[in-house]
Amino acid sequence: MKSRFTFLLSGLVLAAMPPTLAQTSGLRLPKTVEAGSAFSIQSSGTGKAVLYIVGPGQALRRDVRLGETTFFAPGDLHNAGRYVVALVGDASTEDGAFDVIAASPPVALSFLAKPSRLAVNLHEGISGVVYVFDTFQNLVLTPAQVSFQLSGIAGAVQTRTALTRIGVAWTKMNSAAKEGASQFVARVGDAASTRVIQQVPGDACHLRMSARPSGERLAVETEPVRDCSGNALPDGTIVTFTETYKGSESTVDVPLKRGVARTDMPAYSGAKISVATGVLIGNEIRWDK
Amino acid sequence: MNNGRLLAIVIAAATVALIVVGTVWPVPSAKAMAGSGASLLRSSSSPQAAVENLAAEIGRQAWGNAYSSLANKSEFTEIEFVRDLTGSYPSLRTYATLDSFDLRPLHASADEAQIQLKLRWSTVVGAFLDTRELRVVRTGDRWGVVWPIVKEPRVPPQVIPVTYLRWDVIYRGAEDDWGSQDVEAPHVRIVDMHPVDRGGGVVIMGELLNEDVVPAFVTVKATLLAKNGSALSTEDSFDKISHILLPKQVTPFLIAFHDVALSEVDSVHMEPSSTLIAASADPVIEIEDQRLSPAPKATLNGKLVNQSGQAVSVAHVLGTFYDKNGQLIWVADQYVDRALLPQTPVAFAMSVPADIAVKVSSERAITTTYSSGRFQ
Repeated sequence: MKSRFTFLLSGLVLAAMPPTLAQTSGLRLPKTVEAGSAFSIQSSGTGKAVLYIVGPGQALRRDVRLGETTFFAPGDLHNAGRYVVALVGDASTEDGAFDVIAASPPVALSFLAKPSRLAVNLHEGISGVVYVFDTFQNLVLTPAQVSFQLSGIAGAVQTRTALTRIGVAWTKMNSAAKEGASQFVARVGDAASTRVIQQVPGDACHLRMSARPSGERLAVETEPVRDCSGNALPDGTIVTFTETYKGSESTVDVPLKRGVARTDMPAYSGAKISVATGVLIGNEIRWDK
Repeated sequence: MNNGRLLAIVIAAATVALIVVGTVWPVPSAKAMAGSGASLLRSSSSPQAAVENLAAEIGRQAWGNAYSSLANKSEFTEIEFVRDLTGSYPSLRTYATLDSFDLRPLHASADEAQIQLKLRWSTVVGAFLDTRELRVVRTGDRWGVVWPIVKEPRVPPQVIPVTYLRWDVIYRGAEDDWGSQDVEAPHVRIVDMHPVDRGGGVVIMGELLNEDVVPAFVTVKATLLAKNGSALSTEDSFDKISHILLPKQVTPFLIAFHDVALSEVDSVHMEPSSTLIAASADPVIEIEDQRLSPAPKATLNGKLVNQSGQAVSVAHVLGTFYDKNGQLIWVADQYVDRALLPQTPVAFAMSVPADIAVKVSSERAITTTYSSGRFQ
C-alpha cells in the first residue's frame, strides 16, 4: 500500500515537471550510476524536503535535510535506464536526471541456437545469437567478447569469436559431415550457455532393393539406406515399394528398421517392383518365376 | 383483406392435409429415422414391404425384430447378424447411424423376388453406402428376406510381436529460460502444386513431403490473391490430406474454393505448417491390387492389408492421380467402414470424376489409420 502511494505520488510529481529536465544548481547528481552500486545525491539550502527518484520499474522516496548528502546503498537501484529525480521542498521544487547503466562485466547470457536439428554438411546452417546481461538482467551495451564453439562426436571443433553490438553478438557455423549431437557453447567471461544441435542424415543418396520368394509371396528388402556422406538414414524413415502387374498396382509404405526396409508383396510372374523414399527413386526389379 | 384471409385458410388447410398424409402414409426411411414403433410398419405382405420393414428395424437398431423377420435366420445367429451391420471390431460402422435407405426391385415372381437395398449410413467423417442384393421369399401369406450374411473374419487369440519405432516428444516447459530451445518443428516441403478450374470454383492440388527425420502433423492452407494483392479467399485441406507424415513420407492434398473463379486469381499463397508429434511407425498397411475401373462410374479399387498386429479401427485412403506426363490431376479419398484386422484384406473403392478418369495414366494410394485412440 505504501509503495503504491509512493509510486502515485512520484507520478504526480513527474507530471508537474517541465518537459525538459535539467540538473539544477542546487541538486548535484551523478551523471551515471552502475546498476546495483552505491551512490549519493547532494542538495543545497536549508530545511526539509522529500527526494523522489523514478525510473524503469523502480521508484524511491527519501526524506532529506537540505544541504546534506543523501546516500543510497548498493542494490537500491538495479534496473538500467533513465531516472528522474525530484526534490520537493516547502518553498521550491528542484529536479534532474541521471542514467543507470548495466554493471560490468557481463555475468549472464541468453543463447538462441537455431535450428536444434539439421541435416549434415550444411554450410553456415547453424546460427547462434547471444544477448549478454549483468547480474540484474540488464542488457550490457558496452562491447564484450563472445566466443562460440561447436563440438561433437564427429568433425573438427569449430570456434568463432564476435564482439557484442548493443548487447548482441551472433555467428554462423557449418554442420558436420557425420550425424550426431553437437554441443554449441557460447561464452562471455565466466558466463557460458550450452545448446545441443542434432545433426541428422540428409536425403538418401542411393536406394537399392532385392527380392526373393517367401512362400506364396515375394520378400523385398532394401540394402542399408545411406545419405551421400555415408550416414545411415534413421529408423522410421518411410520407403515405398510399388508392384505393378497387368494394370494393377500394389503399394506399401514401410519404415526402415535397423537401416533396411523389408516387406512381403504378391508374387506375380512378370511383375515390376520399384522402390522410392521421399523424392528419390531406387532400382526396379522385374520378377520372373 | 379478403385475399389475405383466403390465403391463410388455404395454407392452414394444406398444412393439415400434409400432416395427415405424412402420418397415414409415412415415407419408410423417415418412419425408421423417427424411431417409430413396429405398429407403424406395414405388414410384410409384399417383397417391398418385407424389405422396408427390415430396413426400418435396422434404422431403429431393433436388432431382435430385424433378425426375427429374416427368412434364413437358421443360418446364423443374431449376434452374427448384428456384427455384419455394426462390425465385429470398433470401426466406422460401430458408431454409424442409418440416415436413409432405398429399394430397387430387380426381379419378381410369385414366390420369390430380388431387391437391391441401399443403406446410407452417416458417420462423423461423412456417409457411406452399404448395398445388398436381397432375395425375398414367400412363406404362406408373408414375405421374408434372405439376408446375405457377411461374416467378418475373426483373428484367433495370439501374440504378434511388433518392433517398429515410436517417437515420443518432450516439449519446452513454462519454467524454461527465455532462449532455451524448444524441439524443432519438422521440415516439410510442397513438392508439387497445381491450381485448376473445376465446377466454377478453384481446386488446388499438390503433394507435401516430410523431409525431416521425425514425424510431423501437417496441414496446408492456401490463400487466393487478386491482381491488386488482396486476399480473395483462404481455405485449408481439411481431411483431403494425410495429417500424419512419417519421415520422407509424401501426402497429396486438395483444397477446394467453391466461391472463387480461377480467372479472378492472380497468385496463390501456400502455407504448409508442421508440428512435431508423438507417433508410431506401426501399423504398416499394404495397398494391394489397385486398379482404376474406367468411366462412366470410374473408381479406384484395391484392398488394404494390415501387415501389423494391431486392429485398425478407421482407415483413410487417399488416391493421387497423374496424367501421362506425370502431372498431378486429381486427389480423391475414402474412409473404410470396416476394421482392418491383421493380414485380412478389406476392399475399398473411391470414386473418380469421369472426365478425370479418362486422363489418368498412373495413380498412387496412401493410408492414414486410426486405432484405439491414436493415429498411426
